[in-house]
Amino acid sequence: MTATTDFGYNSKVEGEVIVSRADAVINWVRRHSVWPMPMGLACCAIELMAAGGSRFDISRFGMEVMRFSPRQSDCMIVAGTVTYKMAQVVRRIYDQMAEPKWVVAMGACASSGGMYRSYAALQGVDRIVPVDVYISGCPPRPEALLDGMMQLQEKINREKSLGGVFKNRPVRDLSFQKK
Amino acid sequence: MTAQIQPILEAHPDLTERSSADNPAVNCPQGKVLEVLTYLKEEQGFDFLCDLTAIDHLDVEPRFEVVYNLFSTQRHEYIRVVTPCSGVTDPICASVVSLWGTADWHEREAFDLFGIQFDGHPDLRRILMWDSYPYHPLRKDFPLAGIEVDFPSEELMEQTGARVKAAPMAGGPFHASQSGSILDREPRGADESWNEHNEKTESPESTTDIPGDLEEGQ
Ligand code: SF4
Repeated sequence: MTATTDFGYNSKVEGEVIVSRADAVINWVRRHSVWPMPMGLACCAIELMAAGGSRFDISRFGMEVMRFSPRQSDCMIVAGTVTYKMAQVVRRIYDQMAEPKWVVAMGACASSGGMYRSYAALQGVDRIVPVDVYISGCPPRPEALLDGMMQLQEKINREKSLGGVFKNRPVRDLSFQKK
Repeated sequence: MTAQIQPILEAHPDLTERSSADNPAVNCPQGKVLEVLTYLKEEQGFDFLCDLTAIDHLDVEPRFEVVYNLFSTQRHEYIRVVTPCSGVTDPICASVVSLWGTADWHEREAFDLFGIQFDGHPDLRRILMWDSYPYHPLRKDFPLAGIEVDFPSEELMEQTGARVKAAPMAGGPFHASQSGSILDREPRGADESWNEHNEKTESPESTTDIPGDLEEGQ
Protein backbone atom coordinates (compact mmCIF):
# COMPACT_ATOMS: atom_id res chain seq x y z
CA MET A 1 0.00 0.00 0.00
CA THR A 2 1.48 3.28 -1.01
CA ALA A 3 1.36 6.45 0.99
CA THR A 4 -0.81 8.10 -1.61
CA THR A 5 -3.97 6.09 -0.95
CA ASP A 6 -6.94 8.39 -1.47
CA PHE A 7 -9.51 8.06 1.32
CA GLY A 8 -11.68 10.87 0.01
CA TYR A 9 -14.15 10.99 -2.80
CA ASN A 10 -13.24 8.65 -5.58
CA SER A 11 -15.37 8.95 -8.68
CA LYS A 12 -14.50 5.43 -9.82
CA VAL A 13 -15.73 3.89 -6.60
CA GLU A 14 -18.59 6.23 -5.72
CA GLY A 15 -19.88 6.61 -9.23
CA GLU A 16 -19.82 10.42 -9.17
CA VAL A 17 -22.38 10.61 -6.42
CA ILE A 18 -21.89 12.28 -3.04
CA VAL A 19 -24.31 11.63 -0.22
CA SER A 20 -24.70 14.35 2.35
CA ARG A 21 -27.32 16.39 4.14
CA ALA A 22 -28.91 19.27 2.23
CA ASP A 23 -28.23 21.58 5.17
CA ALA A 24 -24.56 20.71 5.17
CA VAL A 25 -24.17 21.41 1.47
CA ILE A 26 -26.28 24.57 1.35
CA ASN A 27 -24.68 26.05 4.46
CA TRP A 28 -21.24 25.17 3.10
CA VAL A 29 -22.03 27.11 -0.04
CA ARG A 30 -23.57 30.03 1.80
CA ARG A 31 -20.90 30.52 4.40
CA HIS A 32 -18.04 30.48 1.94
CA SER A 33 -19.49 33.03 -0.41
CA VAL A 34 -20.84 35.80 1.75
CA TRP A 35 -21.35 38.92 -0.34
CA PRO A 36 -21.13 41.87 2.02
CA MET A 37 -23.04 45.10 1.65
CA PRO A 38 -20.58 47.67 3.05
CA MET A 39 -22.80 50.05 5.00
CA GLY A 40 -19.89 52.37 5.73
CA LEU A 41 -21.20 55.34 7.71
CA ALA A 42 -18.21 56.66 9.65
CA CYS A 43 -14.63 55.96 10.70
CA CYS A 44 -15.17 52.19 11.06
CA ALA A 45 -15.61 52.01 7.30
CA ILE A 46 -11.90 52.82 6.96
CA GLU A 47 -11.05 49.64 8.87
CA LEU A 48 -13.54 47.79 6.72
CA MET A 49 -11.61 48.98 3.68
CA ALA A 50 -8.36 47.90 5.29
CA ALA A 51 -9.83 44.44 5.80
CA GLY A 52 -10.45 44.31 2.07
CA GLY A 53 -6.85 45.23 1.24
CA SER A 54 -4.03 42.78 0.62
CA ARG A 55 -2.59 42.98 4.12
CA PHE A 56 -5.65 41.53 5.84
CA ASP A 57 -7.29 40.12 2.75
CA ILE A 58 -10.89 39.29 3.53
CA SER A 59 -11.00 37.27 0.30
CA ARG A 60 -9.33 34.40 2.17
CA PHE A 61 -12.78 33.81 3.64
CA GLY A 62 -14.69 34.25 0.42
CA MET A 63 -16.11 37.66 1.29
CA GLU A 64 -14.20 40.01 -0.94
CA VAL A 65 -17.07 40.70 -3.30
CA MET A 66 -18.37 43.86 -1.67
CA ARG A 67 -21.52 44.88 -3.46
CA PHE A 68 -22.91 48.38 -3.35
CA SER A 69 -26.29 47.12 -4.41
CA PRO A 70 -28.49 45.50 -1.77
CA ARG A 71 -29.97 43.20 -4.43
CA GLN A 72 -26.65 41.49 -4.88
CA SER A 73 -25.52 41.14 -1.29
CA ASP A 74 -26.53 39.01 1.65
CA CYS A 75 -24.60 40.37 4.64
CA MET A 76 -24.88 43.99 5.67
CA ILE A 77 -21.81 45.18 7.57
CA VAL A 78 -22.93 48.29 9.43
CA ALA A 79 -19.63 50.10 9.93
CA GLY A 80 -20.07 53.38 11.70
CA THR A 81 -22.40 55.73 13.52
CA VAL A 82 -26.04 55.41 12.52
CA THR A 83 -27.80 58.72 12.91
CA TYR A 84 -31.56 58.86 13.23
CA LYS A 85 -31.71 60.53 9.87
CA MET A 86 -29.75 57.68 8.27
CA ALA A 87 -31.63 54.93 10.10
CA GLN A 88 -34.45 54.76 7.58
CA VAL A 89 -31.92 54.32 4.79
CA VAL A 90 -30.19 51.48 6.63
CA ARG A 91 -33.53 49.78 7.19
CA ARG A 92 -34.64 50.23 3.61
CA ILE A 93 -31.41 48.77 2.26
CA TYR A 94 -31.81 45.86 4.65
CA ASP A 95 -35.35 45.34 3.36
CA GLN A 96 -34.12 45.34 -0.22
CA MET A 97 -31.61 42.56 0.37
CA ALA A 98 -32.79 39.11 -0.64
CA GLU A 99 -33.16 36.35 1.94
CA PRO A 100 -31.17 34.74 3.44
CA LYS A 101 -29.45 37.77 4.90
CA TRP A 102 -27.36 38.62 7.89
CA VAL A 103 -26.28 41.79 9.66
CA VAL A 104 -22.94 42.48 11.33
CA ALA A 105 -22.72 45.48 13.66
CA MET A 106 -19.13 46.59 13.37
CA GLY A 107 -17.78 48.76 16.16
CA ALA A 108 -19.11 50.48 19.24
CA CYS A 109 -21.29 52.93 17.34
CA ALA A 110 -23.23 50.40 15.33
CA SER A 111 -23.55 48.07 18.34
CA SER A 112 -24.64 50.55 20.99
CA GLY A 113 -24.28 54.13 19.85
CA GLY A 114 -20.71 54.13 21.15
CA MET A 115 -19.47 57.43 22.42
CA TYR A 116 -22.30 59.31 20.74
CA ARG A 117 -24.72 59.53 23.65
CA SER A 118 -26.66 62.31 22.06
CA TYR A 119 -29.88 63.44 20.47
CA ALA A 120 -28.70 62.59 16.94
CA ALA A 121 -27.29 59.05 17.09
CA LEU A 122 -29.31 55.84 17.06
CA GLN A 123 -28.26 53.91 20.16
CA GLY A 124 -27.47 50.63 18.44
CA VAL A 125 -28.50 49.47 14.99
CA ASP A 126 -30.25 46.47 16.58
CA ARG A 127 -33.15 48.80 17.29
CA ILE A 128 -34.06 48.75 13.62
CA VAL A 129 -32.52 45.59 12.09
CA PRO A 130 -31.81 42.15 13.61
CA VAL A 131 -28.07 41.87 14.24
CA ASP A 132 -26.27 38.52 14.03
CA VAL A 133 -22.76 39.46 15.14
CA TYR A 134 -21.56 42.41 17.19
CA ILE A 135 -17.91 43.41 16.95
CA SER A 136 -16.44 45.48 19.77
CA GLY A 137 -13.85 48.17 19.31
CA CYS A 138 -13.63 51.79 18.30
CA PRO A 139 -12.75 51.03 15.61
CA PRO A 140 -12.30 47.24 15.63
CA ARG A 141 -9.05 46.19 14.03
CA PRO A 142 -9.42 44.33 10.72
CA GLU A 143 -8.50 41.14 12.57
CA ALA A 144 -11.51 41.69 14.81
CA LEU A 145 -13.72 42.13 11.77
CA LEU A 146 -12.34 38.93 10.26
CA ASP A 147 -12.97 37.14 13.53
CA GLY A 148 -16.51 38.48 13.57
CA MET A 149 -17.07 37.28 10.03
CA MET A 150 -15.76 33.84 10.97
CA GLN A 151 -18.23 33.81 13.85
CA LEU A 152 -20.90 34.59 11.29
CA GLN A 153 -19.72 31.64 9.19
CA GLU A 154 -20.07 29.40 12.22
CA LYS A 155 -23.53 30.76 12.78
CA ILE A 156 -24.56 30.21 9.17
CA ASN A 157 -23.29 26.67 9.48
CA ARG A 158 -25.64 25.98 12.38
CA GLU A 159 -28.70 27.34 10.59
CA LYS A 160 -31.51 25.23 9.19
CA SER A 161 -30.95 26.29 5.63
CA LEU A 162 -34.23 24.94 4.32
CA GLY A 163 -36.26 25.99 7.34
CA GLY A 164 -37.96 28.82 5.59
CA VAL A 165 -38.58 27.29 2.20
CA PHE A 166 -41.66 25.22 2.91
CA LYS A 167 -43.51 27.39 5.34
CA ASN A 168 -44.43 30.98 4.91
CA ARG A 169 -41.83 32.30 7.30
CA PRO A 170 -42.10 36.02 8.01
CA VAL A 171 -39.08 38.09 7.19
CA ARG A 172 -37.26 38.25 10.51
CA ASP A 173 -39.37 40.81 12.23
CA LEU A 174 -38.66 42.94 15.23
CA SER A 175 -42.10 42.72 16.76
CA PHE A 176 -40.55 41.80 20.11
CA GLN A 177 -39.44 45.38 20.35
CA LYS A 178 -42.89 46.78 19.88
CA LYS A 179 -44.54 48.17 22.93
CA MET B 1 -5.29 95.29 18.16
CA THR B 2 -7.49 98.34 18.28
CA ALA B 3 -5.28 100.04 15.71
CA GLN B 4 -6.35 97.52 13.11
CA ILE B 5 -10.05 98.21 13.48
CA GLN B 6 -9.77 101.93 14.25
CA PRO B 7 -10.70 103.04 10.71
CA ILE B 8 -13.69 100.70 10.76
CA LEU B 9 -14.89 102.06 14.09
CA GLU B 10 -14.50 105.58 12.81
CA ALA B 11 -16.47 104.90 9.64
CA HIS B 12 -19.28 103.26 11.62
CA PRO B 13 -19.84 104.88 15.00
CA ASP B 14 -22.52 102.28 15.86
CA LEU B 15 -19.85 99.61 16.20
CA THR B 16 -18.15 98.94 19.50
CA GLU B 17 -15.03 96.93 20.08
CA ARG B 18 -15.61 93.49 21.58
CA SER B 19 -13.10 91.79 23.83
CA SER B 20 -11.44 88.94 22.01
CA ALA B 21 -8.63 86.50 22.76
CA ASP B 22 -7.38 86.38 19.20
CA ASN B 23 -8.61 88.38 16.20
CA PRO B 24 -10.10 91.88 16.40
CA ALA B 25 -13.83 91.79 17.03
CA VAL B 26 -16.66 94.28 16.93
CA ASN B 27 -20.23 94.36 18.16
CA CYS B 28 -22.75 95.52 15.62
CA PRO B 29 -26.41 96.39 16.23
CA GLN B 30 -28.84 94.12 14.37
CA GLY B 31 -30.27 96.89 12.21
CA LYS B 32 -26.85 97.80 10.79
CA VAL B 33 -25.43 94.37 10.18
CA LEU B 34 -25.99 94.18 6.42
CA GLU B 35 -24.65 97.67 5.92
CA VAL B 36 -21.53 97.02 8.01
CA LEU B 37 -20.80 93.67 6.39
CA THR B 38 -21.25 95.14 2.92
CA TYR B 39 -18.83 97.91 3.89
CA LEU B 40 -16.30 95.38 5.23
CA LYS B 41 -16.56 93.32 2.08
CA GLU B 42 -16.57 96.08 -0.52
CA GLU B 43 -14.31 98.70 1.05
CA GLN B 44 -12.14 96.89 3.56
CA GLY B 45 -11.47 93.83 1.42
CA PHE B 46 -12.88 91.22 3.82
CA ASP B 47 -14.05 89.13 0.91
CA PHE B 48 -14.13 85.69 2.52
CA LEU B 49 -16.70 84.47 5.05
CA CYS B 50 -14.84 81.79 7.02
CA ASP B 51 -17.65 80.95 9.32
CA LEU B 52 -21.07 82.03 10.44
CA THR B 53 -22.31 80.69 13.74
CA ALA B 54 -24.43 81.59 16.72
CA ILE B 55 -24.23 81.77 20.51
CA ASP B 56 -26.99 81.04 23.01
CA HIS B 57 -26.59 83.00 26.27
CA LEU B 58 -29.80 81.48 27.74
CA ASP B 59 -30.70 83.86 30.57
CA VAL B 60 -29.04 86.99 29.20
CA GLU B 61 -30.76 89.61 27.07
CA PRO B 62 -30.36 89.45 24.10
CA ARG B 63 -30.30 85.68 24.23
CA PHE B 64 -28.92 84.87 20.76
CA GLU B 65 -25.98 86.38 18.95
CA VAL B 66 -24.82 85.64 15.42
CA VAL B 67 -21.08 85.62 14.79
CA TYR B 68 -19.40 86.29 11.45
CA ASN B 69 -15.73 85.44 11.02
CA LEU B 70 -14.34 87.30 8.02
CA PHE B 71 -11.00 87.02 6.28
CA SER B 72 -9.35 89.29 3.77
CA THR B 73 -7.56 87.40 1.06
CA GLN B 74 -5.58 90.54 0.15
CA ARG B 75 -4.57 91.79 3.58
CA HIS B 76 -4.48 88.35 5.20
CA GLU B 77 -6.34 89.60 8.23
CA TYR B 78 -9.30 88.34 10.18
CA ILE B 79 -12.13 90.23 11.78
CA ARG B 80 -15.07 89.02 13.81
CA VAL B 81 -18.45 90.73 13.76
CA VAL B 82 -21.04 89.84 16.39
CA THR B 83 -24.65 90.94 16.25
CA PRO B 84 -27.49 90.31 18.68
CA CYS B 85 -30.70 88.83 17.27
CA SER B 86 -34.02 90.47 17.83
CA GLY B 87 -36.61 88.28 19.53
CA VAL B 88 -36.10 85.73 22.31
CA THR B 89 -37.88 82.48 21.40
CA ASP B 90 -37.94 83.31 17.69
CA PRO B 91 -34.67 85.14 17.13
CA ILE B 92 -34.42 86.97 13.84
CA CYS B 93 -31.29 88.05 12.01
CA ALA B 94 -30.65 89.51 8.57
CA SER B 95 -29.39 87.02 5.99
CA VAL B 96 -26.06 87.67 4.27
CA VAL B 97 -26.52 85.16 1.44
CA SER B 98 -26.61 88.13 -0.95
CA LEU B 99 -23.03 88.98 0.09
CA TRP B 100 -21.46 85.55 0.43
CA GLY B 101 -23.03 82.50 -1.23
CA THR B 102 -21.44 80.27 1.39
CA ALA B 103 -23.67 81.82 4.05
CA ASP B 104 -26.54 79.77 2.63
CA TRP B 105 -25.66 76.50 4.36
CA HIS B 106 -24.15 78.21 7.40
CA GLU B 107 -27.40 80.01 8.01
CA ARG B 108 -29.38 76.84 7.49
CA GLU B 109 -27.22 75.19 10.14
CA ALA B 110 -27.70 78.05 12.60
CA PHE B 111 -31.43 77.87 11.89
CA ASP B 112 -31.49 74.10 12.38
CA LEU B 113 -29.54 73.99 15.62
CA PHE B 114 -30.39 77.35 17.23
CA GLY B 115 -33.69 78.23 15.57
CA ILE B 116 -32.53 81.59 14.28
CA GLN B 117 -34.72 82.88 11.47
CA PHE B 118 -32.61 84.48 8.76
CA ASP B 119 -34.60 87.19 7.13
CA GLY B 120 -34.06 87.14 3.36
CA HIS B 121 -32.60 83.62 3.15
CA PRO B 122 -33.65 82.01 -0.16
CA ASP B 123 -34.35 78.52 1.22
CA LEU B 124 -34.33 78.31 5.00
CA ARG B 125 -34.67 74.59 5.74
CA ARG B 126 -33.05 72.32 8.29
CA ILE B 127 -29.75 70.92 7.15
CA LEU B 128 -28.65 68.35 9.76
CA MET B 129 -31.75 67.22 11.61
CA TRP B 130 -34.71 66.00 9.62
CA ASP B 131 -37.37 68.45 8.46
CA SER B 132 -40.07 67.42 10.92
CA TYR B 133 -37.79 67.57 13.99
CA PRO B 134 -39.51 69.81 16.53
CA TYR B 135 -36.53 71.16 18.53
CA HIS B 136 -33.32 73.11 18.06
CA PRO B 137 -30.72 70.91 19.73
CA LEU B 138 -27.85 73.33 20.35
CA ARG B 139 -30.01 75.64 22.45
CA LYS B 140 -28.82 75.59 26.03
CA ASP B 141 -32.17 74.42 27.39
CA PHE B 142 -32.16 71.31 25.16
CA PRO B 143 -30.84 68.21 26.96
CA LEU B 144 -27.83 66.60 25.32
CA ALA B 145 -29.45 63.16 25.53
CA GLY B 146 -32.34 64.33 23.36
CA ILE B 147 -36.10 64.17 23.76
CA GLU B 148 -38.31 61.28 22.68
CA VAL B 149 -40.00 62.03 19.35
CA ASP B 150 -41.18 60.11 16.31
CA PHE B 151 -38.76 58.74 13.75
CA PRO B 152 -38.47 60.74 10.55
CA SER B 153 -39.79 57.71 8.62
CA GLU B 154 -43.26 56.36 9.36
CA GLU B 155 -42.47 53.20 7.44
CA LEU B 156 -39.60 52.45 9.79
CA MET B 157 -41.72 53.08 12.87
CA GLU B 158 -44.39 50.73 11.59
CA GLN B 159 -41.91 47.98 10.86
CA THR B 160 -39.85 48.16 14.02
CA GLY B 161 -41.81 50.12 16.59
CA ALA B 162 -38.64 52.09 17.21
CA ARG B 163 -38.75 55.72 18.31
CA VAL B 164 -36.18 58.42 18.70
CA LYS B 165 -35.38 58.07 22.40
CA ALA B 166 -33.33 60.04 24.86
CA ALA B 167 -29.85 58.49 24.86
CA PRO B 168 -28.75 56.71 28.06
CA MET B 169 -26.22 59.06 29.56
CA ALA B 170 -24.95 56.65 32.25
CA GLY B 171 -22.87 59.19 34.10
CA GLY B 172 -22.04 61.11 30.97
CA PRO B 173 -21.47 63.30 29.08
CA PHE B 174 -18.16 61.70 28.33
CA HIS B 175 -15.03 63.78 28.45
CA ALA B 176 -11.37 63.12 27.85
CA SER B 177 -9.39 64.93 30.52
CA GLN B 178 -6.97 67.49 29.17
CA SER B 179 -4.37 66.88 31.87
CA GLY B 180 -2.60 63.93 33.43
CA SER B 181 -0.86 61.01 31.80
CA ILE B 182 -2.30 59.42 28.70
CA LEU B 183 -3.61 56.57 30.87
CA ASP B 184 -5.89 58.98 32.74
CA ARG B 185 -7.16 60.61 29.60
CA GLU B 186 -9.50 57.87 28.44
CA PRO B 187 -12.94 59.40 27.90
CA ARG B 188 -15.12 58.74 30.92
CA GLY B 189 -18.38 59.92 32.38
CA ALA B 190 -18.31 63.21 34.23
CA ASP B 191 -20.19 61.64 37.15
CA GLU B 192 -19.65 57.89 37.47
CA SER B 193 -21.72 57.52 40.62
CA TRP B 194 -24.74 56.52 38.50
CA ASN B 195 -25.46 54.34 35.47
CA GLU B 196 -28.26 52.31 33.88
CA HIS B 197 -28.56 49.99 36.89
CA ASN B 198 -27.81 52.56 39.57
CA GLU B 199 -30.28 55.41 39.33
CA LYS B 200 -29.06 58.91 39.88
CA THR B 201 -30.34 59.86 43.32
CA GLU B 202 -30.67 63.60 43.57
CA SER B 203 -31.58 65.36 40.34
CA PRO B 204 -32.18 69.08 40.70
CA GLU B 205 -31.67 69.58 36.99
CA SER B 206 -31.94 66.15 35.40
CA THR B 207 -30.59 66.07 31.87
CA THR B 208 -33.68 64.37 30.53
CA ASP B 209 -36.30 66.80 31.87
CA ILE B 210 -38.22 68.51 29.13
CA PRO B 211 -38.25 72.21 29.77
CA GLY B 212 -41.79 73.52 29.26
CA ASP B 213 -40.95 76.37 26.91
CA LEU B 214 -39.17 74.02 24.48
CA GLU B 215 -42.47 72.65 23.26
CA GLU B 216 -43.35 75.73 21.31
CA GLY B 217 -40.04 75.93 19.43
CA GLN B 218 -40.27 75.00 15.76
S1 SF4 C 1 -17.01 52.80 16.73
FE1 SF4 C 1 -15.41 54.37 16.80
S2 SF4 C 1 -14.30 54.11 14.88
FE2 SF4 C 1 -16.28 53.09 14.64
S3 SF4 C 1 -17.65 54.59 13.74
FE3 SF4 C 1 -17.87 54.71 15.95
S4 SF4 C 1 -16.46 56.33 16.58
FE4 SF4 C 1 -15.85 55.68 14.52
